[in-house]
Amino acid sequence: MISVKGLYKSYNDNHVLNDVSVTFEQGKCNMIIGRSGSGKTVLLKSIVGLVKVDQGEIWYDDKNFTQMNEREQQSIRKKMGMLFQGAALFDSLTVEENVMFPLDMLTEQGGAEKLDRVNFCLERVKVTSSNKLFPSELSGGMKKRIAIARAIALNPQYLLCDEPNSGLDPETGIVIDNLIKELTQEFDMTTIINSHDMNSVLEIGDNVVFIYKGCKCWEGSGSEILKTDNEALNNFVFATNMARQIKRT
Amino acid sequence: MKILHHIGSYFLLIKRSLSRPEKASIIYRQTLKEIEKVGIDSFPIVVIVSLFVGAVITIQSNYNIENPILPKYLVGLTVRDSLLLEFSSTMVALILAGKVGSSIASELGMMRVTEQIDALEVMGINSAAYLILPKMIAAAFFFPILGLLSMIVGIIGGYLACILGNVIPPADYIYGIQYAFKPYYITYALTKVVFYAIIITSIASYLGYNVEGGAIEVGKASTKAVVQSSILILMINLVLTRLILQ
Repeated sequence: MISVKGLYKSYNDNHVLNDVSVTFEQGKCNMIIGRSGSGKTVLLKSIVGLVKVDQGEIWYDDKNFTQMNEREQQSIRKKMGMLFQGAALFDSLTVEENVMFPLDMLTEQGGAEKLDRVNFCLERVKVTSSNKLFPSELSGGMKKRIAIARAIALNPQYLLCDEPNSGLDPETGIVIDNLIKELTQEFDMTTIINSHDMNSVLEIGDNVVFIYKGCKCWEGSGSEILKTDNEALNNFVFATNMARQIKRT
Repeated sequence: MKILHHIGSYFLLIKRSLSRPEKASIIYRQTLKEIEKVGIDSFPIVVIVSLFVGAVITIQSNYNIENPILPKYLVGLTVRDSLLLEFSSTMVALILAGKVGSSIASELGMMRVTEQIDALEVMGINSAAYLILPKMIAAAFFFPILGLLSMIVGIIGGYLACILGNVIPPADYIYGIQYAFKPYYITYALTKVVFYAIIITSIASYLGYNVEGGAIEVGKASTKAVVQSSILILMINLVLTRLILQ
């Protein structure tokens, strides 16, 4: 479980996060949604410690992440897997080396054991026979799968995904979403997904948090979104004329 | 105030780079890779530049000391001292600032904008120690070798100018090269090179590591790395020369 309590973050006079408090539960796909520039990426980066917050607390289970020094934060991060918007695979390493990287750096496993784990993770994301390819030789969807494989290599307790299906066609996007959902349930992880893709929200969102102008504006399940009378959320969800007409009917 | 902020951030990054890495064996492996990128790949440029500059210094020195009173071997002595005292350390460092510095800044800058550095941090890895420390070790270890190579090739360049260009008799050149030789000059030159290696890699790493934005900012960081490390090399050259050659 990850809890965020009274989070504030501003850049000069721009208040990006304003008193955000939310709990992300274990074994569920927790989604953060909002317009571009609403503060959801800053919230996600604050949760992993890539952005230092001005005020507030971030708790990983019973540990206060914001009170920890750098070494202690690193030990928590070793339990995290993160999927970045652009996959963030290491260009100079092959697919196999990318997935093996956290095992190389953070475990004392032998070569054969590491290779077994790499192959297991790659099979789990349904990528086979691409071990020796470099990221530049992969499609967008493949890169995301490899990034997921790398993220789960160390059996993380927490999985954080920043716009996992951005830049992908809707069909591939749903495949990636379902994969994240399956892995979350299989490994009982606390998963947080940052997205503005409504297909994802409706497909896999167990718990959805809507961020509007840096504040938590709404929270509920994926199915409740369609029935809400929250104006800001309705404007976000039913942004197109077609969507508004469907809602009216 | 901005410059103070950068100086502070620079030293904090260097401190973080020098802190204990996750695995020494990985840093060792990375250092070997960096030796190839930073050092061995720089062989051709150092050899070509040193060969031609050695030949040109020989021709220019002969042109400037065409006086019957002055012995011809002075040409060899001038070439040797020019190479040992200044060219093979400072001038080669300026060339390497262009080649190696820009390469490091753009590599780290691209890693930053494509979130690869963030990915390392989220894994719980000290990205500064993993990315910057091997570059600094590789350069501090290999730049002196490049400096020595430059000295040898530069002297060979001068010798070839004597033979092929008929500048002075080769025997006079060789006598001049050996005349009043002070081995301390090599120590002085190589000491400077180690400082330059650290300046080039650390400045370029700092600028690349802290890139914010996209491709344009990566390009700017790369240019800044060359300009700033070159200026710093010239300043440190003055300070070290004053301190060492007292």
